[in-house]
Amino acid sequence: MENSADLKRTPLHALHRELGAKMVPFAGYEMPVQYPAGILAEHQHTRKAAGLFDVSHMGQMRLSGGDTVAALERLVPGDIAGLAPMRQRYTQFTDDDAGILDDLMVANGGDHLALVVNAACKEQDAEHLRTYLPPEVKLERFEDRGLLALQGPAAAAVLAKLAPEVAAMKFMSVANATLAGIPCTLTRSGYTGEDGYEISVPGDAAEKLARRLLEDPAVKPIGLGARDSLRLEAGLCLYGHDIDRSTTPVEADLVWSIGKRRREQGRFPGAAKIVDQIANGPTRKRVGILPDGRAPIREGTELQDASGRQIGKITSGGFGPSFGGPIAMGYVEMAQAAPGTALSAILRGTPQPVKVAPLPFVKTNYHRG
Amino acid sequence: MSNVRYTEDHEWIRLEGDTAVVGISQYAQEQLGDVVYVELPEVGRKVEKGKEMAVVESVKAASEVYAPISGEVVAANAALTAEPAKVNADPMGDGWFVKLKIANKAELDKLMDEGAYKKFVEGLH
Repeated sequence: MENSADLKRTPLHALHRELGAKMVPFAGYEMPVQYPAGILAEHQHTRKAAGLFDVSHMGQMRLSGGDTVAALERLVPGDIAGLAPMRQRYTQFTDDDAGILDDLMVANGGDHLALVVNAACKEQDAEHLRTYLPPEVKLERFEDRGLLALQGPAAAAVLAKLAPEVAAMKFMSVANATLAGIPCTLTRSGYTGEDGYEISVPGDAAEKLARRLLEDPAVKPIGLGARDSLRLEAGLCLYGHDIDRSTTPVEADLVWSIGKRRREQGRFPGAAKIVDQIANGPTRKRVGILPDGRAPIREGTELQDASGRQIGKITSGGFGPSFGGPIAMGYVEMAQAAPGTALSAILRGTPQPVKVAPLPFVKTNYHRG
Repeated sequence: MSNVRYTEDHEWIRLEGDTAVVGISQYAQEQLGDVVYVELPEVGRKVEKGKEMAVVESVKAASEVYAPISGEVVAANAALTAEPAKVNADPMGDGWFVKLKIANKAELDKLMDEGAYKKFVEGLH
């Protein structure tokens, strides 16, 4: 068991305690997994009003100086050159074998690129960037900043009370705004499938902003437990589970995030394999898995075809509170990847009928404007 | 005096004549959080003390429920299939899991009474 004394704390640590959160070790941080309301209520609240998440453990970085766009494009398959100022895009750091080192958000801040990477990967990501960035491109890390996510259909109305202009932001856009007197950078994005924002805030003002947002009756604090069930319903990948160095962006069904120009030109790690997989198809693919019964099918569960041959496994699975039943994602061989394909999941030694299902499980509600 | 006994795995067992009702404790349901699925043994199944008897799943994880004593399952709480949240709402009452025909009453004596269990739970913090 990890000693809590060795765990890092976010700027909202004291607030989580005050709100009665159950704290758990996560990616080297002591984080709230749930508040007294519980995961189901927190999940449902986010889908119907607005949930406030502390995601300050994630890595916030900035690239500036020199040709930052060309420098980053050498490490990711995403079209960074095509990213307009004050727009954000999802991409991955890939390795030479097309494995995914991490997935990340990249924002074009005009004179810099702002990155948000996974907490568990941020040290290796920084090392990776330092190794491959040309000397004139400066890497800055903002480990002392807070990152809050406000997610749900009420998020825009709540934030507009503090800064009316943010209501007009479109999905995946970026803006600077002053919230409760605090200079913040916002993106209209998130990890729940709902409309919402991620707000980068100076660490010493993060608690003040969080308290201000929680004063709104539409806003409740949401822990990592509901964050996981929300993103699973939305069909979003969790690094280290649904994607890692053993999976490629094509196998993970993330081809949409690979720019057309990048596919044609290559020049990113693993380009040859990725281009080949796009052209000829991968041997396996990430799909939704819908159990026929009520029993949740969890990560690591083996999937078999009708003949009893193993054809894949579950990488994320649990209960979808809004979906109203068990849901999962996993990798299956291409021949079994069509929606509706009947498979068996081996649950506690017993085959359980499941079907391949389209993702997401719950309709996304992004503000495309 | 209460006729409820507890295990170190947080099951409770309440004697009702020759049978015993089994469930999970208040502490266990709090630790699990929202229960979304319960897998119960079939009536007639023989369970062995300390061995897996049922599975309870929260949003986050699956946990095994062990038989507090050996015996035969004479009833399973089918209501939990449709309403697993009963385990959270009333773990010692409506949230019961199974009724067992007791194989050996002496096994009950080795389990903790209310006071001992309370001390045991306090020691976990």
